[in-house]
Amino acid sequence: MLASRAPSRLRQALPYLLLALVLAGVMTLTRGARLQRADLVINNGTEVTTLDPATVTGVPEGRVIKSIFEGLCSKHPATLAPVPGMAQSWQISPDGLTYTFSIRRGARWSNADPVTAHDFVYSWERFLNPETAAEYAYQLWYVKGARAYTTTADEEGRPALSFDTVGIRAPDDHTLVVELEAPTPFFMDLMAFYPLFPVNRRNIESAKSEHPDSWRLEWLRPENIVTNGPFRVVERRVNDRIRLERNPDYWDADNVALSSIDVLAVEQTVTALNMYLTGGVDVLYTVPASVIPRLLPREDFTPGPYLGTYYYKVNVTRPPMNDVRVRRALALTIDRTAICQKITKSGQIPSWTWVPPNIPGYEGAAMEHAATLAENVKEAKRLLVEAGFGPDGQDFPTIEILYNTSEAHRDIAEVIASSWRNNLGIDAKLLNQEWKVYLDVQHNLGFDVCRAAWIGDYVDPNTFADMFVTGGENNNTGWGSPRYDELIAAAAVELDPARRMATLRAAEEILMEEMPILPIYTYVTQNLLNPRLGGFLPNIQDEHFPKYWYWKSDEELNAERAAHPDRGQLVDAPGPAAGLYSPAAQRAGAAR
Amino acid sequence: MTRFLLRRFMWFAITLFTVVTISFFLMRSVRGGPFDTDRALNEAVRINIEARYHLDWPLWKQYAHYVGPFNLDRHGPEFLGGDGSDLFGGVLTGDFGPSFRYRDYTVNDIIAQSLPISALLGTVAMMWALALGITTGMLSALRRGSGLDISLRLAATGGIALPNFVIAGFLVILFVFLVPLFPVAGWGSLRHMLLPGFALGAPFAAYISRLTRTGMLETLSQDHIRTAWAKGLTPRLVIMRHALKGGILPVVSYLGPATAGILTGSLVIEKIFYIPGTGSHFVNSALNRDYTLSMGVTILFTVLVYSLNLVVDLAYTLLDPRIKLEDE
Amino acid sequence: MRANNERWDLAGRDMEALLAEAAALQGESLWQDARRRLRRNRTAWWSLLFLLAFGLLSLCAPLLPIPSPVALDLQTEPMPPIAPWTEFGNHNYTREYWELSAIDSAAVDLRAAIFDDWQTGSWMGRDSKGRDILSRIVWGSRTSIIVALIATLCSLAIGVTYGAFSGLSGGRIDNLMMRIVDVLYSVPFIFVVIFLITIVNEYRTELEDNWGIGRETVFYLVIGAIYWLTMARVVRGQVLSLKNSEFIEAARVLGASTRRILFVHLVPNVLSIVIVYLTLTIPAVMLFEAFLSFLGLGIEPPKVSWGLLAVDGTEAINPLRIFWWLVVFPAAAMGSVLLALNILGDGLRDALDPKLRGKD
Repeated sequence: MLASRAPSRLRQALPYLLLALVLAGVMTLTRGARLQRADLVINNGTEVTTLDPATVTGVPEGRVIKSIFEGLCSKHPATLAPVPGMAQSWQISPDGLTYTFSIRRGARWSNADPVTAHDFVYSWERFLNPETAAEYAYQLWYVKGARAYTTTADEEGRPALSFDTVGIRAPDDHTLVVELEAPTPFFMDLMAFYPLFPVNRRNIESAKSEHPDSWRLEWLRPENIVTNGPFRVVERRVNDRIRLERNPDYWDADNVALSSIDVLAVEQTVTALNMYLTGGVDVLYTVPASVIPRLLPREDFTPGPYLGTYYYKVNVTRPPMNDVRVRRALALTIDRTAICQKITKSGQIPSWTWVPPNIPGYEGAAMEHAATLAENVKEAKRLLVEAGFGPDGQDFPTIEILYNTSEAHRDIAEVIASSWRNNLGIDAKLLNQEWKVYLDVQHNLGFDVCRAAWIGDYVDPNTFADMFVTGGENNNTGWGSPRYDELIAAAAVELDPARRMATLRAAEEILMEEMPILPIYTYVTQNLLNPRLGGFLPNIQDEHFPKYWYWKSDEELNAERAAHPDRGQLVDAPGPAAGLYSPAAQRAGAAR
Repeated sequence: MTRFLLRRFMWFAITLFTVVTISFFLMRSVRGGPFDTDRALNEAVRINIEARYHLDWPLWKQYAHYVGPFNLDRHGPEFLGGDGSDLFGGVLTGDFGPSFRYRDYTVNDIIAQSLPISALLGTVAMMWALALGITTGMLSALRRGSGLDISLRLAATGGIALPNFVIAGFLVILFVFLVPLFPVAGWGSLRHMLLPGFALGAPFAAYISRLTRTGMLETLSQDHIRTAWAKGLTPRLVIMRHALKGGILPVVSYLGPATAGILTGSLVIEKIFYIPGTGSHFVNSALNRDYTLSMGVTILFTVLVYSLNLVVDLAYTLLDPRIKLEDE
Repeated sequence: MRANNERWDLAGRDMEALLAEAAALQGESLWQDARRRLRRNRTAWWSLLFLLAFGLLSLCAPLLPIPSPVALDLQTEPMPPIAPWTEFGNHNYTREYWELSAIDSAAVDLRAAIFDDWQTGSWMGRDSKGRDILSRIVWGSRTSIIVALIATLCSLAIGVTYGAFSGLSGGRIDNLMMRIVDVLYSVPFIFVVIFLITIVNEYRTELEDNWGIGRETVFYLVIGAIYWLTMARVVRGQVLSLKNSEFIEAARVLGASTRRILFVHLVPNVLSIVIVYLTLTIPAVMLFEAFLSFLGLGIEPPKVSWGLLAVDGTEAINPLRIFWWLVVFPAAAMGSVLLALNILGDGLRDALDPKLRGKD
């Protein structure tokens, strides 16, 4: 009712008023948003779930956590062998059950506290505590009493057992003693695994006392978080960036060259590529498949072997896939070469094994197959007839390929469906589900055939082999074999490396006879990086350590290009805004 | 006026309650949970996680805890069995809870960080849309049937005729790679905003252009304009003071839905141009089963749409004295 | 609520003129008049013809001698277009489609009988899996048009019923019904879509076996169920203003029956605005389909839709190499059809607007 009497002058001024208001708003908001580009910008592919080492599982989180925290060990950037980190040295008892670490003197947190053995006891207590609900808690269950400690909670979710029952002790500030349930050959590798990195007690306790209800987030805020790694967090914005800066309190700070890193979370691979090509990003870990043929000749794109297998799971509880002959026929007729050359394109290797190649000391057990697709098809037709179907898919029901929403998976599924249709006359329909539904369907065995992939957690066949024990959480095929379970259990306590590898191979042989899975190809790394970036070494886990990264000088870059003329077509190698430096220059600077 | 606002507020409360309730239960009935990943959780660990996030509670209790105002966990009020250390919580107290996907942030944090960015992007888009839309709409109304009219309408319709990710793609090729004027993606300066703002605003510019054209054609044929012409007023005065005002009315009523549309439409643009706004949370949180964040943006969206519509209705009455607010 | 009946406000004109106008209109129905006026609007008329031609083309897709839209011929890189004068066609046709209806597969048989294995060259290039873009656009148009039509009809059915009921009832019921629409407006539809698509996937075998409803049908219905809201509002507004308008009053005064008023006066007038709105909803639905495809929630391969093609095309936009044919042709097809629809919608609005009747 006000309206009809509103003064007409106000009415006339209103649009201008609004416009002025909006303009003022734009001005204020733009001023706040500015942030200069860091020395180095990497694209992490997605926003990290958390920076709390205890509760992370993903690779993107791992990349950031490895830059800001350091565990007892860290990894050699090329071989990935454990090298001293917070622990200066360690001793393993002859029975392989007791590990004694001596903590590095002089290691400090970013709040200047010394890093002690008690920090590890505190952190691992927290890691195993059921209240923390660490997803990777089972990685430390090799320690005596650890499993029981995590899995026994009272009604409120608090631990029902005392931590004294767990075999982790700190006799003094610089000694940490860990007792295991059974010998674990890869335990030292675990010590360099990021969920086991320590956190600062004072950091968490003070957050707890200041923010009793929101301390779980408060201690991780950039202004509060205390770290012990080569970099520290200075700024964060969701879906934008995490700004890292060199941590002057790090024990090896003199050897850290980069002064700041921006970690972006660009999910669209095309956008990320465009940012790389315009100099906005220096490191990409994935590239869109459509441009790979254009990238391959360039010096900045060098795919290398990667510890991962792309495969299809078969639901062995559903006919006709409950017949091993059908599964073998399906496996034999997938046109792997076409997938690797025409779809994935960056040198992926057609795979007939479950465990990917390139694990030192391990020789994979491939499924029986002929050299050419034509011969394989012949054999597959024979198997189909044997299983009671016609050689051209007569009487064979339509099966469904489940995959999660993604162009790459869709493309591969299309090729596989057409392989089966053309080679065996089997009709395969594609079913695309969004990620969470896909996981749910997979877990409840609601599929016929389903796309999957596995990237090894550590360089050992066991990270692949133990997946398919009967009822394993990641098995999801309905398949199980007592003999297989026995072999995996035997391998877990075998101390002799050669015998252990032989046992694991025997297990893989069973898997490749029974074929609950159809291996398709072995992954390759797809790093696209500024040629000027040094210290970024290829390895089969695609793990990289910003601690060792530096900017090459023109001389070094040119010398390297002259030494390796076969690296490919030269591309621009922009330097950072702040100038070039290498660890040597850095050390010289520190000495002055 | 007061009665009008009160009624509006009542309906607002009902709307909000319905939206919260429906989306809460809808969200929970979709398959998959926030902690499902491709590495399946150990059963014991899963129990611990569900306990920590109260996902093991019956649904009604989770709902009551989420809505508030009382905290139902063990720190809640004593008459509900808690220890009384933290009495209140939930949406009614303005607390949207911790995000499940971005676990270092509360939903309030995320909205506080991203909303200004979306608002800014939306403003830039809206300014593009208004400036282009009104100008072209006006021109084509005044030159109705001419070549200019037809070509302007073609161009304007082009904005509605292509998905905005295609428009964005063309813009990137044109203004980033062929003519390097703007950065390809990211957020920070005005230069970062113009391209995504344009891509986001284009379809709305097209609509606004059409609305202006229709509105002006209608007004131009009305008696008071004829009178104004007859009185011998200059064309400029007639058009700017009388015709445009009438022509702009439908645009004003369109601003509410348009702003809402820009907020959600920004999802695609935010992805393509890597902008840390709220739009991307809209779909991602649902896909990630980030229950709290998803609810948070839903509530935010509802509040925004509702209040924008209210503002539009009020502005409408200011612009057109003939229109009265509903009051019976 | 806004008073939106001023457009019907004939007060101020003298009765004489009104009667004269009414007499002039006698003998020419609303529709005849509309057609005449539409024909005079040449752009709109051409748009209509273009759309009819396109519809025919897409209807005849199985009869056309174009390559299969799904047969894979893997390439490392997409093949650029071949001009028709260089290679008009070849004999490489493979009969490969998704599950076609009986009519379509009969049409494909007919095509094979006429053209044998001859097919057109790849005039619009091929994608990276060697599929012909022209063929994919033509086949994709079917999906997109069907999505748009079914979804729009669905929104029409719900929206008109709801809006008309609300408008005719008036008073409290009307108020309540419109508030419900307001509430639904504020519900983020993306949940609804994700939710329903998920549910449908879960029960799809049962749906197909028991009801003969495919996943896609439900997909169309879901989109339609989202778009009915605006339709309901528009129809209700129109009914409300008509109900109180002078000419209805006049008819009533002249003793016309309720039925006559409903069918002779109300329905045609509501229909006109509904048709206008329809031509504007169809493009919106097509864009929504593209949006869903962008999010990966759209049509499933091997079926193809314009949304899917547009998404594939945007992948091709990067400075290393622009496979322009992957984005330009689908965008052009989609753009021209949506453009035509919009122009037609505008034209229809102009033609059907009673206020402009008999003028210009």
